[in-house]
Amino acid sequence: MFAFIVSRILQALPVMLTVSLISFAMFAYVGDPVAIMLGQDFTEAQRQALVQQLGLDQPFFVQFATFLGNAVQGEFGLSYRLSRPVAELIAERAPATLELALCAAFIALAVGVPMGVYTGLYRHSWLSRFFLTFSLIGVSLPTFLIGILLILTFSVWLGWLPSFGRGDVARLGWWSTGFLSWSGIKALILPAITLGLFQLTLIMRLVRSEMLEVLRTDYIKFARARGLPNRMVHFGHALKNTLVPVITIAGLQLGAIIAFAIVTETVFQWPGMGLLFIQSVGAADIPVMAAYLMLIAAVFVTINLIVDLLYYAVDPRLRIGRGGGH
Amino acid sequence: MSETETLPAAGSAPATAPLLSVRNLRVEFPTRRGTLVALDDVSFDIHPGEVLGVVGESGAGKSMTGAAIIGLLEPPGRIAAGSISLAGKRIDNLPYEQMRRIRGREIGAIFQDPLTTLNPLYTVGRQLVETITTHLPVGPAEARRRAIEWLELVGIPAAAQRVDSYPHEFSGGMRQRVVIALALCAEPKLVVADEPTTALDVSIQAQVIALLKRLAREKGTAMMLVTHDMGVIAETADRVAVMYAGRIIEIGAVRSVVKEAAHPYTAGLMGSIPPISHRVERLEQIDGAMPRLSAIPPGCPYNPRCPRVFDKCLTLRPELLDAGATRAACWLYDPK
Repeated sequence: MFAFIVSRILQALPVMLTVSLISFAMFAYVGDPVAIMLGQDFTEAQRQALVQQLGLDQPFFVQFATFLGNAVQGEFGLSYRLSRPVAELIAERAPATLELALCAAFIALAVGVPMGVYTGLYRHSWLSRFFLTFSLIGVSLPTFLIGILLILTFSVWLGWLPSFGRGDVARLGWWSTGFLSWSGIKALILPAITLGLFQLTLIMRLVRSEMLEVLRTDYIKFARARGLPNRMVHFGHALKNTLVPVITIAGLQLGAIIAFAIVTETVFQWPGMGLLFIQSVGAADIPVMAAYLMLIAAVFVTINLIVDLLYYAVDPRLRIGRGGGH
Repeated sequence: MSETETLPAAGSAPATAPLLSVRNLRVEFPTRRGTLVALDDVSFDIHPGEVLGVVGESGAGKSMTGAAIIGLLEPPGRIAAGSISLAGKRIDNLPYEQMRRIRGREIGAIFQDPLTTLNPLYTVGRQLVETITTHLPVGPAEARRRAIEWLELVGIPAAAQRVDSYPHEFSGGMRQRVVIALALCAEPKLVVADEPTTALDVSIQAQVIALLKRLAREKGTAMMLVTHDMGVIAETADRVAVMYAGRIIEIGAVRSVVKEAAHPYTAGLMGSIPPISHRVERLEQIDGAMPRLSAIPPGCPYNPRCPRVFDKCLTLRPELLDAGATRAACWLYDPK
């Protein structure tokens, strides 16, 4: 197991290296940071000083090595726009995005899996047909439109929930959480639904098709022939056999939720990393963009590792090195 | 179990009351192009401790009969007429939950392919324990003890260790032994074995059949043994029913059916088995193929292939008639 984890981390290294190269290339070749930072009026001496300060007079590979060295230490330089350390900005914004993403993922799984099981078991009931129709909406409507419709309904017309922001947040060390106050929780509901709806319908459709597949198998028929209660057959034998593909997709989707919270955060003015990113794009704030890119890559790599480990937990056939049959 | 030898005569019942009684069973599949009749007027009995072999070509309705008995016909298939009774009680019209309690507890089932019948994600021990605790009033510790006992009984070496193994850690033959243990662990009175050896190596087939036969005898379990292997039937069954196009066309004591088959189809079937006693140049074969369910000819369904067909066969459907040692659905035995 340990060897497996080590080998996966070693495999992740080239991925991270490639992403960092792209991030760095962005740094070096997209726009001229010096021109952005100096503004309208500057002397040649000021320009030279800044170029030296930023190390831009060094050769490409030296710059890349410096960038890598700093990145490994979590040091991504100063934001051009806010003139604050990028790492600090991201650490400040990460709790908002992570809380939003985890809530969205929780909604997607806690609602999507049971709906998938139900529609798989009772294919022809009217409720299944309703779920499937509803899921088409979830799949086909763009996120920003869902967000705006939710705001229109629940904030503008009904006035139940806030339309933007995070509400009151409590600070737990460096982490800021919205879970501890009523206004924080209320502020989380609409964006979490908006962000999770697509994943919810995706997971529901995936679980449904996997259930249909598994329910046809001989071992399910045999479980019925052994007289096991339906609850055991459906949720024990059948659902567990659908889990491997569901874990794969759910893991990738969690990465996607974190990475692509941008739209939702923009619609709800959610003070997370996605909003920071989109504002940075507007200002060509390359250090923030590069750091964000690398962070998202790290998130995907980590989630993939966890997904692989979960396979082992779920499917005994993947656990090698035990005495086999003959 | 009774020590008296049950030697049922020609297709007729021995003196005891039947354990399973199937009467005029008709199974239909509604399709877009009309209703297919998969089983038509199927009647037979199985007595306590008796082994009934059911033979026939693929699609003759053997497995369908088994599925109807355990109440697990694949939808949209349904029982359209007739009855199935277990120990005198109708079971074909029970609600799902009541029938579920009978499955496993009173009627066990063994499926064809042991590689796919076991859930790959659970240990064999867990699958045995859940079956035992579902049907018998025992706690988890006792259920586990019995699970190990059953694995020993079906001949799994080092059962106490193997109980925690997963299905993929067993060979095909060993898995079928586990399936047999699963089918028998709640001590049902009847086992429906649907081609239990078809998916196994020939060398393993004999072992598994011997095991089934031994356990059925020791536990006094009656068995409906569905197969297309006459050798297995001859070795294992007390009586045999021959099916063709969804109907039973001959039924009788196994010796009589093998030695003096009355129905031309059964005779053809027997002729296609290579004899051991002498060498034959060429095995007999039955020309043509069994009709599709959507195109069963009027009269006797075997009439297009029958070498002894006459005009009555083309229009009227024969019932099972006394035909010497067996009962056969053939106009040749019409007393009139």
